Amino acid sequence: MALFDHHKKLERNVSLLFVFSLVAVLIGGIVEIVPLFYVKNTIEKVQGMRPYTPLELAGRNVYIREGCYVCHSQMIRPFRDEVERYGHYSLAAESMYDHPFQWGSKRTGPDLARVGGRYSDEWHVQHLIHPQSVVPESIMPTYAFLMDAEVDAENFAGHLKANRAVGVPYSDAMIENATADLQAQANPDADTNGLEERYAKISIRDFDGNPNRLSEMDALVAYLQMLGTLVDLKAYKQDENFR
Amino acid sequence: MRNGTEAIVLAAATFMAFMAAAAASDDLFRAHAWVLFFVLGIATLVLMRRVEFAPVGAKTSIFNREDTSGYMDDVIRFGAVATVFWGVVGFLVGVVIAAQLAWPWLNIEPYFNFGRLRPLHTSAVIFAFGGNALICTSFYVVQRTCRARLFGGNLAWFVFWGYQLFIVMAATGYLLGVTQSKEYAEPEWYVDLWLTIVWVAYLIVFLGTIVRRKEPHIYVANWFFLSFIITVAMLHLVNNAAVPVSLTGAKSYSAFAGVQDALTQWWYGHNAVGFFLTAGFLGMMYYFVPKQAERPIFSYRLSIIHFWALIFLYIWAGPHHLHYTALPDWAQTLGMVFSIMLWMPSWGGMINGLMTLQGAWDKLRTDPVLRMFVISLAFYGMSTFEGPMMSIKSVNSLSHYTDWTIGHVHSGALGWNGMITFGCIYFLVPKLWNRERLYSLRLVNWHLWLATIGIVIYAAVMWVAGITQGLMWREYDDQGFLVNSFIETVSAIHPEYVMRMIGGLIYLAGALVMSYNIWRTIRGDLRNEVPMGGHAAGAAPATRVAAAQ
Repeated sequence: MALFDHHKKLERNVSLLFVFSLVAVLIGGIVEIVPLFYVKNTIEKVQGMRPYTPLELAGRNVYIREGCYVCHSQMIRPFRDEVERYGHYSLAAESMYDHPFQWGSKRTGPDLARVGGRYSDEWHVQHLIHPQSVVPESIMPTYAFLMDAEVDAENFAGHLKANRAVGVPYSDAMIENATADLQAQANPDADTNGLEERYAKISIRDFDGNPNRLSEMDALVAYLQMLGTLVDLKAYKQDENFR
Repeated sequence: MRNGTEAIVLAAATFMAFMAAAAASDDLFRAHAWVLFFVLGIATLVLMRRVEFAPVGAKTSIFNREDTSGYMDDVIRFGAVATVFWGVVGFLVGVVIAAQLAWPWLNIEPYFNFGRLRPLHTSAVIFAFGGNALICTSFYVVQRTCRARLFGGNLAWFVFWGYQLFIVMAATGYLLGVTQSKEYAEPEWYVDLWLTIVWVAYLIVFLGTIVRRKEPHIYVANWFFLSFIITVAMLHLVNNAAVPVSLTGAKSYSAFAGVQDALTQWWYGHNAVGFFLTAGFLGMMYYFVPKQAERPIFSYRLSIIHFWALIFLYIWAGPHHLHYTALPDWAQTLGMVFSIMLWMPSWGGMINGLMTLQGAWDKLRTDPVLRMFVISLAFYGMSTFEGPMMSIKSVNSLSHYTDWTIGHVHSGALGWNGMITFGCIYFLVPKLWNRERLYSLRLVNWHLWLATIGIVIYAAVMWVAGITQGLMWREYDDQGFLVNSFIETVSAIHPEYVMRMIGGLIYLAGALVMSYNIWRTIRGDLRNEVPMGGHAAGAAPATRVAAAQ
């Protein structure tokens, strides 16, 4: 066949083979990924999304460092059982400031997309220190060391700056006050007027039950307690956001 | 002078690592820089002891081998040993984390918790074991099929050792907690940059050797290797795009967010499977299966069609990891359609491999290495059928997030990638060390059956566990209430988790048998044993029929 005769040119010319292979593997990615940055309805219109507070971001970094995403998804699918078990199905808008995303791929443990506010801080702290003490059959590892690990608050503005560089709308005031905001959110006695102004729907309290230390446990629990609580789902119009 | 410049460069790099540790802006980066300092420091000392002042070109080959073939084979000998070593490490970590899922008290916080060990297992198996297998076999194949020595001289050594350094930095990073949380792309920005340099060097060595070929025709195995190297470079660069917090800090933030980040990651993740674990390994298949069977490839035209179809279609399949998520529906459906189409070129490869045995099937009775290749192709066919099936949205709604996916991955990784790598190692080692044959073919047979039984147990119990989970999560009673709490679905699969660990343990035992066999072969020992098939060597069926008459 003529086609196979033409192919002989590729088999004898490594430059041609290189170019043809590259073109073959470029097409799929371009067609699938590039439109997501341009098609307007990729991310639904919602009310309530804001960037993470410094403490939540620090907690999120602990979540990533410990590989929590390996066993916990943050993506509720639109099925009856999942919506009843975990809450409203997840929206793309809810992870629009997530660099990187934490949707996960496996549920060795339950989904965490809307775990915020479901349990008390004390429950989370106890569960992270010794999961089997609150859920006897749990196979989760222990994370007691988080109680003693201090959050590096001093250099935290750099984290907000890096996020701004990749598109998260942190304002100058948020970056300037990053260290103070991080410490204030876990300290009920601090002056938190500015903090509450900068970040809507923020929870301010001593999350780990130890007021003397700003621990990674504070940060992680602050992050878990805000998961899925930002978007106003009552105001969300499903029919206008079919994609 | 040999190795003099290299020792000086390494010493300078060691000093740089020391400076990085001093200037570090966070504790993780500092710890990681100290790891780098010690690794490079030890490497410098080892290399300094090897500095020789003999004239360049004198034969001082490592392992005291003369390269009589005229090809650059030392680096391949190292690669073969590294493949076996990392294989055992990867399987061992796999058994450990499987045991942790059955008995959570085996987690030792913070460094040996499941969340940190799991990326260590996946990277050790995919990148350390699979990657070394790919680099060493591609270097072997490209030299033989081009009749040319590796291009770039010591650049091949840089690729090998640079890649090992990448593995060590990635692995120690996971234990320390340095990760960007993108599955199979966990290493942070500075390790990614290093891998980019090594990968470009790999491309230069491979491409340069093809350019210098004395054979006008580029053999099909090299098409697969070339497309694998190009595509992995593309995927790696795009998916790891990130902004570091500080040039002396470990943490970076991905350039993409949310839904775009998810699709970029799974475009990467699925094609790590498609190109690293499929196209590259098909390159191995196209050389070693015909060699071991001593038959030409079944169909030249099939190889052309399935090559182009495979590399074109695979790239589109990523969205099937994101069914029913917040990814727009059009992208999910596109991913599903292409995943199903992918079934055909995948089986094209399997058919081309298996049919190569036409006229040589009798060799399966006497040659356990060939059996290894055949079993690997069978598992390839099985998992490339299972994959498209699981990418159908309605099947995926049950299987996603469950252990079914884990089982699927392992029938591909242990069955296809593992078995074909073992076959290649058994083929290569006697040739590379100029041995008459392997130490023992019977031990190869033991390995074959241990590995096969291990995989079958693993895959079977993961099917049961996955489907159990999927069904229990969606089980309703007649009042319309969910029947099971989440924790009940965890306790329900405890027996399967124990069985899975046992399956993995059996597979690991097979790999240890291989290590012993390879070690004795390298030493030059020959086991005195009855030949395979139960009859005297050389007793082909025809002669036995004649004898019976």
